[in-house]
Amino acid sequence: MSAGEAAREVGQRLRAASRLNATLAWSDAALEAEAARVDAMPVPGPLHGMPVAVKDNIVTTEQPTTCGSRMLAGYVSPFNATVTDRLRGAGALIACKTNLDEFAMGSSTEHSAYGRVLHPLDPDRVPGGSSGGSAALVAAGVVPAALGSETGGSVRQPASFCGVVGVKPTYGRVSRYGLVAFGSSLDCVSVFGRTVSDAQRVLASIAGLDPLDATTVDQPPLETLPGPASLTGRTIGLPREYFPPDLHPGVKAGCDAAIARMKELGARIVEVSLPHARFAVPTYYILAPAEAAANLARFDGARYGARVTVEGDIRAMYRATRGLGFGAEVRRRILTGTYVLSAGYHDAYYNRAQGVRARIAGDFALVFASGVDFLFTPTTPTPAFKAGEKTADPVAMYLADVFVCSANLAGLPAVSLPVGRSEGLPVGGQFMAPHFQEAGMLACAATLERHLDATREVAR
Amino acid sequence: MTWETVIGLEVHVQLGTRSKMFCGCSTAFGEPPNTQVCPVCLGLPGALPSPNAMAIRLAARAALSLECTVHETSVFARKNYFYPDLPKGYQISQFDRPLSSNGRLAFESADRGPCEVRIERLHVEEDAGKLLHDRIAGRTAVDLNRAGVPLAEIVGGPDLRSPAEARAYLTALRQLMVYAEVSECSMEKGSLRVDANISLRRPGQAALGTKTEIKNLNSFANVERALETERARQQAVLDAGGMVEQVSLTFSAATGQTRPMRSKEESHDYRYFPDPDLPPLVLSPEWIDSVRRELPELPAARRRRFVTGYGLSAYDAGVLTSERTIADYFEAVVAEGAEPKGAANWVTGEAMSAYHDAGHFTVAPERLAGLMRLVGDGTLSHQAAKKVYVEMTTSGQEAAAVADRLGLVQVRDEAALGAWVDAVLAAHPTEVARYRAGETKMLGFLTGQVMKASRGKADPKGVQPVLVRKLGGL
Repeated sequence: MSAGEAAREVGQRLRAASRLNATLAWSDAALEAEAARVDAMPVPGPLHGMPVAVKDNIVTTEQPTTCGSRMLAGYVSPFNATVTDRLRGAGALIACKTNLDEFAMGSSTEHSAYGRVLHPLDPDRVPGGSSGGSAALVAAGVVPAALGSETGGSVRQPASFCGVVGVKPTYGRVSRYGLVAFGSSLDCVSVFGRTVSDAQRVLASIAGLDPLDATTVDQPPLETLPGPASLTGRTIGLPREYFPPDLHPGVKAGCDAAIARMKELGARIVEVSLPHARFAVPTYYILAPAEAAANLARFDGARYGARVTVEGDIRAMYRATRGLGFGAEVRRRILTGTYVLSAGYHDAYYNRAQGVRARIAGDFALVFASGVDFLFTPTTPTPAFKAGEKTADPVAMYLADVFVCSANLAGLPAVSLPVGRSEGLPVGGQFMAPHFQEAGMLACAATLERHLDATREVAR
Repeated sequence: MTWETVIGLEVHVQLGTRSKMFCGCSTAFGEPPNTQVCPVCLGLPGALPSPNAMAIRLAARAALSLECTVHETSVFARKNYFYPDLPKGYQISQFDRPLSSNGRLAFESADRGPCEVRIERLHVEEDAGKLLHDRIAGRTAVDLNRAGVPLAEIVGGPDLRSPAEARAYLTALRQLMVYAEVSECSMEKGSLRVDANISLRRPGQAALGTKTEIKNLNSFANVERALETERARQQAVLDAGGMVEQVSLTFSAATGQTRPMRSKEESHDYRYFPDPDLPPLVLSPEWIDSVRRELPELPAARRRRFVTGYGLSAYDAGVLTSERTIADYFEAVVAEGAEPKGAANWVTGEAMSAYHDAGHFTVAPERLAGLMRLVGDGTLSHQAAKKVYVEMTTSGQEAAAVADRLGLVQVRDEAALGAWVDAVLAAHPTEVARYRAGETKMLGFLTGQVMKASRGKADPKGVQPVLVRKLGGL
């Protein structure tokens, strides 16, 4: 199939899926231009003609980049993100920009200034977030792969809710240049795929050192290994803190089935402990807002984006612009972040959270040093919840990320893959691996994927 | 009542790189507003900083020239505040882990003689943009060409005891930074800026008094004036039994007065935290050593060597080492065989005025040495040599050629001298008679007349024997 045909097909699918409200900017003309570019490439790239959707906090010059915010309504970046340049270089088509929680802050894609994204299997439910638009498009079969971003599980959590694969690479594996910053020490461009293999190919194409991002790390290119026939010789650790007694029975059943299958495939299964796991969510909700408060200071109405003109001095303009331009969740996090960094509270919050972050990372280092190859856990405590269910209770919403945000705090690679369904809703299981061990982790996930029917209803 | 003045300076020096601290934009001065900007220094969404290795190298060079310890690990931090000249809403600086600390700088105090200021720290940061209040009537415009320009902030200890010492310290600091090729330190171009802290205390008291800070002083003269004004103000407050309030002040060069900044302008909680976009800056001991090795001989050491090695006076050595270009020129002239003290006279005299007029030395070192040789061997009088020098600055010719062309070569030919002598003796019979009557001092007068008759071309050493012979021979 030519890229032109692929573009026309994805255009039809995008139109058909418009009820999901998963896309922000796309056009047939832009798709055609993408296809013409790909078809003109002298040598087909590894992603030749593959349509890839891109979360709308990754900047592109052809479409606006809004971050799901009124603040950036209509904002067109004068430069492209490194990851979109690399996708194009590999022959992919940028299919569309996808809806998200405003500035990637949320776990349900309900906090977008452009309306909530619907779960493809149940319009009353959320697709997860903040990369809910990308997750929904892959789950609905519109695109085989999509880029999202993670700060605290914002790809794995919606992948789990929507029943697709979500891969978060090691921090430093993929350039952040052109990803609009939220929590810079945590942010990772991450990948959705219908299969592990699709996600793996896209990740391999965007990974690698970037002189424009000083936090990228020089590593050998990411290998795309096939899933081995058996898991003999692999040791999979099950951290007991991730299997609490009140875990949703469907989620538990899905994970148990996956664990049983890995055992049958020859893996050694061991119980391990990550004693600081319970501090992950509070630590995350100190550090990410602290960094966000600084990262979002640039949206002040002075140079680009929205500006609210009012009587008074420039401070009055800042206040009005930021007060009206940002939604409630973004304002909440900016206030939290400003508070935890302010004089008198800096030690008690920010500094202490940095200390706890080091301990959380230390837990993982100890477990991996003890002979465990990968960890396996549920991705989320429950399947997709209903729209509106948690919007009034921010802390309940934050706890949807309890199993995913540790990998961000420790900078580890992780992948969520569907392991079954509970009452028709997908259940996800997660592997976490030592730094830069994506290749082996994804191979292991591919083997499990091959031996599971993820659409099967799991016993309650 | 007597008070001791305590002053400490914070100096921002622009690191002399071609490109900005965290992006590739040019640092050239005086370009049209907002023409030297890119997504990084504009703080556009998604842009990230990448450190300029040359800026780090120059900062390390500055630190080592100030005898600071350069730390193997330092950390960039975000300093958060909202201001329209600050595109990201934070400045990338260094906070609790600076590039370097604990150095010192010697300077000469008029009151106390040789003194030293402790350098508490030297860290790297990016500059902000500039607000232009005079471009658009009734509005303030923002020029971000300066945003992201690399700076070293040099924090000196409270070791200065008078406004004059503050100026002497700044002069020594600028000299050092220019020598080490860290910065051109031009206050006009904003590549050197000063914040001054001042407090008063009783002589002998160990604790510091309450200080005030005068922000953003734009010339050494204004630093001294502002500190004098503020010292007098604080003294009046204290003498009246009052307390000095800790405030930030601005100084108006027009009125000579300081005034407190509005509290909004200064009472910031900067909420520093490590910049997650930039990994800790790790410098190996080998790298730090390599920077140390590339340091030139610094002014103090060079001054000492000029005194001991060339036998120059401390004053001449000070003048010659005041700028690296001058010292280099002097040494080049000496290397061409010129005698050092004579060369020092030429360089601090004729050459220096030409240097200050033209901004560079106009006569090549070997040519100046050549000119000095012609004086040494009697070919040119000192007077004539000065004329030749002036001509050399524009003609680019060698001394001998210029001297020939101007007819300034001293005449030593006996026949030619004899003709001038004969004419003078004939024209001054009275003086000749007095000489012959034993009034020998008339010889000086007659020599002068011969020189005059020759229009300065006669070699004075050759004139006298001819004169004596002819006076005796009559």
